[in-house]
Amino acid sequence: MKHLKEEELIAYREGEPTQREAIAEHLTSCTACRAELDRIETVLSALDNFPVPERGPEYGRAVWQQIAPRLPEKAGRGWSAWFEPRRWVAIGAMAAVVIAAFVAGRWTKKPEPGAPAASVAQVRQRVLVLAVGEHLGKSEMVLMELANASPANSGQKEINISAEQKRAEDLLDANRLYRETAQHDGDAALASVLDDLERVLMDVAHSPDELTPAKLESLQKRIEAHGILFKVRVVGQELQKKQGTGTPAPAATDSEMRERNKA
Amino acid sequence: MIRMSESAGSMQDREAAQNAARESDAIAVERTLAGERDAFRVLVERHSQQLFRLAYRMTGNEHDAEEVVQEAFLRAYRNLGQFGSRANFGTWAYRIAANYAIDRMRQKRSEDARRRTPSSLAEEPDQDPLDLTPDERPTPDRLTMNTELRKKMEEALKELSSSERTAFVMRHWEGCAIEEIATVLKSTTSAAKNTVFRSVQKLRRALEPYVGARGALQAKAAGAAPQPKGTEL
Repeated sequence: MKHLKEEELIAYREGEPTQREAIAEHLTSCTACRAELDRIETVLSALDNFPVPERGPEYGRAVWQQIAPRLPEKAGRGWSAWFEPRRWVAIGAMAAVVIAAFVAGRWTKKPEPGAPAASVAQVRQRVLVLAVGEHLGKSEMVLMELANASPANSGQKEINISAEQKRAEDLLDANRLYRETAQHDGDAALASVLDDLERVLMDVAHSPDELTPAKLESLQKRIEAHGILFKVRVVGQELQKKQGTGTPAPAATDSEMRERNKA
Repeated sequence: MIRMSESAGSMQDREAAQNAARESDAIAVERTLAGERDAFRVLVERHSQQLFRLAYRMTGNEHDAEEVVQEAFLRAYRNLGQFGSRANFGTWAYRIAANYAIDRMRQKRSEDARRRTPSSLAEEPDQDPLDLTPDERPTPDRLTMNTELRKKMEEALKELSSSERTAFVMRHWEGCAIEEIATVLKSTTSAAKNTVFRSVQKLRRALEPYVGARGALQAKAAGAAPQPKGTEL
């Protein structure tokens, strides 16, 4: 007698309609296949008991309290958000930086006679180093200001962070672009730092304009918990060095990535 | 007869309750889109538990699960315009949470892989994700579940790829249809079926030595008849 395959038994157990009757008939007469199905059933039954921590009836309210301060004033309008003038300004500025860096790289550093011309990849890397370095500098300033913000006096009930918030929001678009470029170029360490930075910028951008001292402290703690200021500073300095030497930045080596990850 | 009419009645009640919840979701979505931010609260309070269950099973620890729930609602709010009221909000939010949980698992894995150099592997003992969860009062489930077996299950689940874990969680624990799993995995239905199969196969290999004796008793008690699920694979 030909026995059923494991795949057929699992499919049968999961309710697969194909050959259902034939398999059921086989199972009535074949002890070995029945035992095999029992063993599959045993494992899956044991997994049924895998516990999920209980969340009380107040959980939904707790989630709301956590996210409510981070919700934008209006719910998402999908693609229409991309047509806001503010976004076009940010995108235009980014495009200008990229074009300027490309033109600068192309014309100001003319290769000496005999020297090999810079490849497109090298120019691209140089542009990325330049633009990301500047972006990290700006992000660092916003985060530093927030990290050091405090009420002007002990009686002050709310602190206005709308300026930092707006800057964080503007930086978010650029950050996404650079993170995707770094991922595309295989620089996982830089992509990871930019990913962390994106979360923090998003957190800042989605905070309310006016924060109580307690909420500000909680935001500062979240920034600190990511260790993002330190990471941004380390990567920023690294990029500055590359810019200073004027050599095209090679893709991050394993040892460099390890250093950044340590940081 | 009486039992039949009772069960038909309770089914109707359940259906009516589901329809009412769906309608109330649709109204909350419309009001949120009209600018009433607080209307979103109804949706958050109604669907948080379900999303937490899914997220915990996918990520394996409470901290990540809570982050997934919050991020899923934030993303749902930001993209509410794309949702409209064509579909069921619960299903839509569920899908967002599942997608974000997959991203989170992949990101965590790559971070872990980068962090764990051969030397650090030798120095650091393996960290059990369950250790990350705060201590809780014992529940009947926790008491009956052998601690070691639970640990083995967690390890076995952790060994699955993020797609396999998603497929298993959605199919086995959440009872989702294959089409739904395929949508989340962005694959075809036959690829999703294969992923479910692979996940069961891997879990079986990893857990059979530990559940054999215990499970045989359970299976006997339950009659051991194969119980196909309501939705077809």
